[in-house]
Amino acid sequence: MATPPQPLEVEPVLTPDDATPDPMIRARGLRKSYGDVRALDGLDLDVPRGTVLGLLGPNGAGKTTCVRILATLLVPDEGTVDVAGIDVIARPDAVRARMGLSGQYAAVDEYLTGFENLVMVGRLYGFDRRRARARAKELLERFSLADAGDRPARTYSGGMRRRLDLAGALVAEPDVLVLDEPTTGLDPRSRNQMWAVIRELVAGGATLLLTTQYLEEADLLADQIVVIDRGRAIAKGTADDLKRQIGGERVEVVVADPSALEAVREVLEQVTGGEVVVDGETRTLTAPAVAGPQTLMEVLRRLDTEAIVLDDVGLRRPTLDDVFLELTGHGAEDTVADETNQDGS
Amino acid sequence: MSSVQRVVVDGSIIATRNLIKLKRVPEVLVFVLISPIMFVLLFAYVFGGAIDPGAGISYREFLIGGIFAQTVVFGATFTGAGLAEDMQKGIIDRFRSLPMSRSAVLVGRTGSDVVYNLLSIVIMSGTGLLVGWRITSNVPDALAAYALLLLFAYAFSWIMAYVGLMVPSVEVINNASFVVIFPLTFVSNAFVPVESFPTALRHFVEWNPVSSVTQAVRELFGNVNPAAPVPDVWSLQNPVLYTLIWIAVILVVFVPLSVRRFKATSR
Repeated sequence: MATPPQPLEVEPVLTPDDATPDPMIRARGLRKSYGDVRALDGLDLDVPRGTVLGLLGPNGAGKTTCVRILATLLVPDEGTVDVAGIDVIARPDAVRARMGLSGQYAAVDEYLTGFENLVMVGRLYGFDRRRARARAKELLERFSLADAGDRPARTYSGGMRRRLDLAGALVAEPDVLVLDEPTTGLDPRSRNQMWAVIRELVAGGATLLLTTQYLEEADLLADQIVVIDRGRAIAKGTADDLKRQIGGERVEVVVADPSALEAVREVLEQVTGGEVVVDGETRTLTAPAVAGPQTLMEVLRRLDTEAIVLDDVGLRRPTLDDVFLELTGHGAEDTVADETNQDGS
Repeated sequence: MSSVQRVVVDGSIIATRNLIKLKRVPEVLVFVLISPIMFVLLFAYVFGGAIDPGAGISYREFLIGGIFAQTVVFGATFTGAGLAEDMQKGIIDRFRSLPMSRSAVLVGRTGSDVVYNLLSIVIMSGTGLLVGWRITSNVPDALAAYALLLLFAYAFSWIMAYVGLMVPSVEVINNASFVVIFPLTFVSNAFVPVESFPTALRHFVEWNPVSSVTQAVRELFGNVNPAAPVPDVWSLQNPVLYTLIWIAVILVVFVPLSVRRFKATSR
């Protein structure tokens, strides 16, 4: 990120909104420590019915701890959590019946076939044999696993295992779905397939909490994003809100010949009237695009008259990577290891 | 569904899952089942010549009851290992996130291991018959012996289930369980007669449940000389009752202990 980091006024957006309509997940003041390590340090979350919340953060930010608390696998040191109006800590079984969990470590039995895995999950939800089998078949069909349904899951690819795991989470048609880094470690093709599956669920009106360290993923799938770092929410809003916080679009120019850098800098300064950031290494210059495409066109006209040869030119919106860098002062990859998340890439 | 029903149904679902794994990876079974055969051969042909059980009984006749007891005690390690393995895997998160009985994973595991123990007892009986062991009592007594062995194995499974929940990884389980199993099986009357132990150890041998289960199956299979005196302690005079008491005590202690441990464990 080229702009110098400036302190951001993020505090106001963090005030929990108690008027959230029909919250399916509502967490207040979650704290959890492992020894000296504070995994969660006062986290609040609201997920209204039928919406997708993206919990975005690097490894070690506390995402997995948060998911495990929501899924009744872990009890927080402090704080309250309701899922569908049910207190998770007081009535975990009632919550389990209404929630589906799909984790980053695909929770499938590798010796069982895909079909047997789903039948087992159905039976453990209390379905009778017939219903469990019918549901398993339906889900295998829906997740393009029908052909592989009779093979042991250990023969599945990473993407297939994740889809099977997600299918397991959906067996009882839960009101709320929690997905912990659904695409971590997947190849691009499997990731796209997984995204397609999740988008279909979202289109069907699912309420979903999704953790991710992929900024693109949160942007693509989530209605609301909570950025967490070191167990706290550091920003909250839509992807566009977050991008706005970081500033608007910028003109980016890459010159072919480094000797042209100075000339281009002058042009950019005159056109935009803003501060120009020059990166000699990559022969790249950026400046705020105050009038959006108009600024870009004006810059191009000027550069054309001066006959400057360009490698690349464009209008760039800040990415969520920029947001993260701006909010935390460090990049999304530059972090400590999460105690429950060793395979983050 | 009542909570007891729920435990039984969920437990049987988990047991079925465990048995499917045995079916898919029979190699797991092969190596574990070979060890009792090796023990029979080792004691029958290597040490057997040097040990005289006395009372006009051949050593091989004497030995098999002891190997039966040893086999089911060693077999319990299988429970611990299976559980320790499960605890390391993602599937346990699936189970924990389901509205199923909290003890089903343990009930299912110990349940499916009854099938495993049944298999090992069948193999043991076959090996015994090959080296000259015979059942000289009657059918009801022989069935009672097998039932007692299975019950004892089931109770021991729960001890090892607890150990399996305590260890940090599957690799530790073998060493951890041997610390328990070795003294119990070797400081007993399984391989040598009670009289051969020094006095200090003899009390342990006499009250060791492995001794009583061994004594019980020897009597029920007719592998003792009725004329020979049984050591003059209550535990060996009433081996079946004494063994049943142990089975009850083990279950009463280790079932709740293991279930509590399972609930408290978070990966």
